[in-house]
Amino acid sequence: MANSIEANLITGRTIWQGVAIEGHKHEEAYAKACGIVEMDVSDMKKIRVFPGQTVKVRSDHGEVIVKAVKTTQGPHPGLVFIPMGPWANQVINPKTYSTGMPHYKGVKVSIEPAPGEKVMNGVELLQKTTLKAVS
Amino acid sequence: MMKTETETKAESKKLQVVTDVVCPFCGTLCDDIKIIKDGNRIIDTLNACAIGNEKFKSAQDGHRIMTPLERGDNSAEFTPVSYDYAIEKAAQILANAKRPLFYGWSSTSCEAQEVGNELAELCGGVTDNTASVCHGPSVIAIQTVGAPCCTLGEVKNRADLIIYWGCNPVHAHPRHMSRYSTYPRGFFTERGFKDRTVVVVDPRPTDTAKQAEYFVQVEQGKDYELLDALRTVIRGEDIPDVVAGIPKEKIKELGNLCKSKKFGLLFFGMGVTQTTGKHRNIDIAISFVADMNKYTKFNLIPMRGHYNVSGSGQVMSWQSGFPFAMDFSRGYPRYNPGETAANDILERHECDAALVIASDPGAHFPVSSMKYYAQIPTICIDPHYTPTTGVSKIVMPSTIVGVEEEGTAYRMDNVPIRCRKVVVAPEGILSDHEILERILERVKELKGKENQE
Repeated sequence: MANSIEANLITGRTIWQGVAIEGHKHEEAYAKACGIVEMDVSDMKKIRVFPGQTVKVRSDHGEVIVKAVKTTQGPHPGLVFIPMGPWANQVINPKTYSTGMPHYKGVKVSIEPAPGEKVMNGVELLQKTTLKAVS
Repeated sequence: MMKTETETKAESKKLQVVTDVVCPFCGTLCDDIKIIKDGNRIIDTLNACAIGNEKFKSAQDGHRIMTPLERGDNSAEFTPVSYDYAIEKAAQILANAKRPLFYGWSSTSCEAQEVGNELAELCGGVTDNTASVCHGPSVIAIQTVGAPCCTLGEVKNRADLIIYWGCNPVHAHPRHMSRYSTYPRGFFTERGFKDRTVVVVDPRPTDTAKQAEYFVQVEQGKDYELLDALRTVIRGEDIPDVVAGIPKEKIKELGNLCKSKKFGLLFFGMGVTQTTGKHRNIDIAISFVADMNKYTKFNLIPMRGHYNVSGSGQVMSWQSGFPFAMDFSRGYPRYNPGETAANDILERHECDAALVIASDPGAHFPVSSMKYYAQIPTICIDPHYTPTTGVSKIVMPSTIVGVEEEGTAYRMDNVPIRCRKVVVAPEGILSDHEILERILERVKELKGKENQE
């Protein structure tokens, strides 16, 4: 697809994710800390997005709208990072390969700009994607 | 002398400093926190990291769930209910279920976990803790090949080589490096960080890597290959010119460095357990540590996330023999990760009810698992609003262990530490332990009635 890149997605903790999960999961702070994808500047240039703009991350297992931010723990071109949380879990591979552990790291994703789309609040995102009556 | 702001505050008769408080956030379980409180109000914390500080302060920041809630069928709307109603409803759900799932346990006390496991056994359900999505593969590997372990105290006093592999303590365990591994002065490491060498292996140049002497930027998902190459060069055998993106010379240098030290420590995290290979990555990491013991002293410690996830494994093990993913549905404990772990059960729609406590699968499970969770009768016990409470049928607020409740927790090196009670909980809020005991009592009554009939 034009204007999109293929990348390798990993998830994990950040200190801001740690602070946000302590009682702020229903607030904007959580979306700010975890509704993001950390990308290298070179990768952002390829799809022509600026830091803070929304992008759509898509995998074989789902898709999610998050904000693109410049990685502070780089460089790692071709590798993107979404902090652990409901946003990352929309696209990670749920297969456990007989270990009980889903595949949270090393998921093939494509990223494209999604101007005008909104990053959903964490609770709202899960309700919209899991409750049949809420969509 | 000019009075500082701090001194003025200290003179206030209302202010009180609680010392030796244990931080109930991560597996480091820092036990040197000081809490400054005014009456029952937490004013500030000393020594805590940013996350620990938030844990104590957010307890009183006005965003707690203050009453049990019930979600309407096929709706996102909640109605406030009483504890009596919620406990009765929860007991009915669990007593009527054929194979309920009990998940979480990692952010509560061992005492509550003990009652929870009894409840799971009584209901013929499956009980699983958050190791399932963090160090479950480590546990499987340790059962396969054993593990040379030591305490964090020994690390502080002896270790002159620290390897952080696939973990980022600056973000996930913010005081780990300053309290135990890199910076503190110990009995045999008198000069603190000058007496230690720090190695970081990670696919990203993390904030932890920036503090390390050696950084090895391994190709994502190639940890097994790198560990295998490291074992090979240590034995003096040849390896390809580049393995996992790392040149042969650098791998040899790392091997020689490990051999030259007196006491090495391998700390490993999700970078190894959640990536391709899972428990096999840990398996070979342990084998590497075992190999190293031919030359020097070497140990490994998993970087556990929740403050009492180790405790949950311990309690499950002493009660029924298995550390996570324990299935009571045949009347005796059975364990088979890949079949009886929480995600496997949810993915395959193999439970007909669920109780979640002291964790948040809504935020940390794949969405496909949560799609099934949202359809079945569910109970969630949590002090705060979370994605899980947002899709559960019955929500019960509870007090926070380590802030408003005493309780035992196990540190990442399996040392039990008693968490303190710092403030009184909001009026009317029950503890995890009490909620579980009341559900257990009621399920016993319901099951008894069923048996008589």
